[in-house]
Amino acid sequence: MLAATAAPRIDAKKRAVLDPRKRQFAKAQYAECEYSHRMNFYTTPPTGDVSLEEFEEWGIARLKVLAELEACQFRNKSPAETEEYMKPVLDKYMRLSSTGARSGEAGQLERKRDHYSHWTLRLAFSSTADLRQRFARLEAQLFKLRLQHDNATERKEFIASLPMSWEVVGEEEKRLWLDDLKAATGCRRDDDESWFKVEWEKVPELVERRQCLLKRGKAYVHVREQLSMVVNEFSRTLESGLELAARHLPRLDEDNRLGPILHHLSQSFVAPDAGYSESSSIGDITVPTAASIDGLSQHFPLCMQNLHRELRKNSHLKHFGRLQYTLFLKGIGLSLQECIVFWRKSFKLIADDKFKSEYLYNIRHSYGDVGGDANRRGRGYTPYSCQKLLTEAPPSAGQTHGCPYRTYSPDNLVGLLQSVGVSDRALLQGVREDVGKQRFHIACNRVFEHAHRGSLKKVKDENMWPASELDTILHPNTYFKRSFLLKNLGNVRSGDLGVVGGDGVGTQESAAGAGEL
Amino acid sequence: MEDSDMTDAPAAPLGNEEEEQVTDLPTPQDATAGASTKLEDMFGDDSDDDDDEFSSSAPARPAASSQPDPQSAPAPSKPRYAEPDTLRQFYSRLFPFRPLFQWLNHSPTPQPDFQNREFAFVLPGGAYIRYQSFASADLFRKQCIQMTPERFEIGPQYSINPRDRKTLRKASAFRPVMKELVFDIDMTDYDPIRTCCSGAAICPKCWQFITMAIKVVDAALREDFGFQHILWVYSGRRGAHAWISDKRAREMDDTKRRALANYLVLVSGNEQGKKTGIKRPLHPHIDRSLKILNPYFQTDVLADQDPWHSAERAEKLLALLPDKTLTTALQKKWDSSPNRSSNQKWSDIDTVAEAGNLSATFTAKQLVEAKQDIRLEYTYPRLDAEVSKKLNHLLKSPFVVHPGTGRVCVPIDTRSLEDFDPFSVPTVTQLLQEIDAWDAEHVGMTEEDRAKVQDWQRTSLKPYVEYFRGYVAGLLKAESAAGKRGREEEGVAGSESMEF
Ligand SMILES: [Zn+2]
Repeated sequence: MLAATAAPRIDAKKRAVLDPRKRQFAKAQYAECEYSHRMNFYTTPPTGDVSLEEFEEWGIARLKVLAELEACQFRNKSPAETEEYMKPVLDKYMRLSSTGARSGEAGQLERKRDHYSHWTLRLAFSSTADLRQRFARLEAQLFKLRLQHDNATERKEFIASLPMSWEVVGEEEKRLWLDDLKAATGCRRDDDESWFKVEWEKVPELVERRQCLLKRGKAYVHVREQLSMVVNEFSRTLESGLELAARHLPRLDEDNRLGPILHHLSQSFVAPDAGYSESSSIGDITVPTAASIDGLSQHFPLCMQNLHRELRKNSHLKHFGRLQYTLFLKGIGLSLQECIVFWRKSFKLIADDKFKSEYLYNIRHSYGDVGGDANRRGRGYTPYSCQKLLTEAPPSAGQTHGCPYRTYSPDNLVGLLQSVGVSDRALLQGVREDVGKQRFHIACNRVFEHAHRGSLKKVKDENMWPASELDTILHPNTYFKRSFLLKNLGNVRSGDLGVVGGDGVGTQESAAGAGEL
Repeated sequence: MEDSDMTDAPAAPLGNEEEEQVTDLPTPQDATAGASTKLEDMFGDDSDDDDDEFSSSAPARPAASSQPDPQSAPAPSKPRYAEPDTLRQFYSRLFPFRPLFQWLNHSPTPQPDFQNREFAFVLPGGAYIRYQSFASADLFRKQCIQMTPERFEIGPQYSINPRDRKTLRKASAFRPVMKELVFDIDMTDYDPIRTCCSGAAICPKCWQFITMAIKVVDAALREDFGFQHILWVYSGRRGAHAWISDKRAREMDDTKRRALANYLVLVSGNEQGKKTGIKRPLHPHIDRSLKILNPYFQTDVLADQDPWHSAERAEKLLALLPDKTLTTALQKKWDSSPNRSSNQKWSDIDTVAEAGNLSATFTAKQLVEAKQDIRLEYTYPRLDAEVSKKLNHLLKSPFVVHPGTGRVCVPIDTRSLEDFDPFSVPTVTQLLQEIDAWDAEHVGMTEEDRAKVQDWQRTSLKPYVEYFRGYVAGLLKAESAAGKRGREEEGVAGSESMEF
């Protein structure tokens, strides 16, 4: 998963210990803790042993969840839509079961993962105010999402366990102030007649709207506000915890085993990293060949389409563009032989001798066909992820690699999109807004969703794909695979797709997709 | 406030002995003319003082019928009370530096509460100098005597000494950490509802609005928020300030300040008679306020202000009544018998309604509520809430001389709030004369005996200073008791962690 980054591999035998003695937290338990509630307020840092690999993996999984949550927000999903969208994501990356549903070791492990990964990211994101704010906002959303779904009894128990200074208003006091309590909190006839007392500073938003009763600095709050109070308290505790962590962060650098992981995780917040997996290839459905790339290129994400067009226009691509594109083609399932044919034909102005001496080696190296042991064993480089493309140095003049959503000026980007057939005005406006806010991968996903809106609806309506196959795209090869499958929905299902030669698929495609692009 | 917001205008040499302050000085024009709007946006905490800094005279007690002209041209030269000499005398002989220091310091010995506190000076030339701070009451006094500020303002305690803020590498490390919660009530906000005066002018009739506001806000601060150390101060012309020194109030961040200010602010109904946003049943704070304000509505609003006397003004009342049938009937009645007083018009509402002039959809209960809304509109405090919402906001200090009136900004004893008369508040020139008069009366006294009576005790400032000293003593007592408690708790926690 980390192949694309510069982070050194970490010896898994070493143990990472989040040592609280180094930090500000006085009362830590030096043992595995028992998690009696599904939900966690994360007030104490973890103290048990965890391997560096788990440390990293759990952090990445949580990051994926937070990124999806943020994507929901970027796309203005309603709370209900967000909930629906997040359910499979949570189940896949961070399942957290109720005590009733899963007890014993398996349940405890889920909670441990949740606990540790929260603290890992807390450390990773405490470095800048911007990251802290973002992290705190997303964690609060996640907390709220889960709390709402907690089983009622377990939620009650969890809330009762919180270190919040609230007190139930007793019967006698209630009788004494009943009219005032009702008037202040807008309690209607059928509403539950129970209230809490807290310091008014804990509920400034209720004070501001005069929705609680105030008496000598205590706010009397109706029980219906409890959920948002808990969430607010969670945010506040987390924000101050992050501030604290920020001040103590430099010390963390001493532990050079954690440093690179934390750095990588915080970088991943730009666009979360997505590993390339073999399943991004379409090799099990059809076999791409040098001749079929032109036809397939319409399914490519903008970064790769752009490289393809440049290549066709100039019969040449510069080094980094070639590398990016070769790895992508390898990722979609193009064999080494076909890839060499593809480049040989594409560089038609270049003599065979020159091609062999200057270009062939690099192509073979990318495939792991040549090079050192490690390269061969790893079958060459991994296709680049969006994160890699979004964090590497931007291309200089004459170079066309990277992510166009990031490297192009908004006007040029819109021009480029129009030239590949994206012309919907509202869509282009959305893209402008996304890139204006540096949400490059969201812009790309937006274009994808628009192009495939018809088939996406069908897939969702008919429950054809698991929901986790519909999350935010974070890898060019995922973009291609998903695009290809969506355009060939009927064919893939009925097994009609044979070997794709020439522009066979392309023809079929342009007929099907003409209305959409 | 961020570093970028500071008034780091190009330095203007003011005098070579004041090198230390030069970096912070805006040019005199900046402070008075050209940049005044901008400066006001940034620091204009007390519009009371900013509008007519140099107007020539204190508002005389106007006759009930005549209205003073607030636009009177500025005098060619400074009035005597604003002359540096007068101010120097005032600061050296009368100003209660010691209790002021204790009030801001919360302890008899200098603490960061005072030492890292920002003071801003308005100099006789009009220059506005921010980020002044002082190690002790005495050094503060010395600078006041030396620079003779027309007035000075008090800001928050900062994380470091404000004078050292530029030595920090990270601007964000310089941040406000504590300040009293403050309120500003200014008569200009009452112009839409007062008939006796307008603008800078006040009279005993409209001063009643300030009295009502103090009562309502004071009650809410004590009963709802549990604050105990509330100092009300006459702003020197036409308003009042409140300073709340309870530890819990001082430590509030902006979110809490905003919440508290908005809790107290009532969005008033607009001129078109749209329903105000007041929820029913009334929130207990609004309900209590209405109970406090009801008697004032009868006497001070209906009788004294008579706000709907003319036909034209009565339209405002009609606009606040949301039933067409009712307003048409009332209009007819008042057209046929003009010159009915506001008191009569107010009772006409019920009489006409009871005579059956209500739409079928408009209930008697709605009428009661509409009348409550109107009473609130005409009596409920009109706060300049922005002043209260920011920890780093500056506000004019108590006991300074109002540059427009020469009156001292004395504390108001809320135990005898109704007796407070802004027109009997002494001016600085009067006080200096009082010292001379006292001296003349006591020529026979021995030098030793005379020395026992300090200058301020020889003047009519005495009761105000004494009230302030008593108030501050109460604050310090509570503070030291709380401090002791805090230390004990810490001690317990400390031993626990030692054990661990
Ligand atoms: Zn008046």
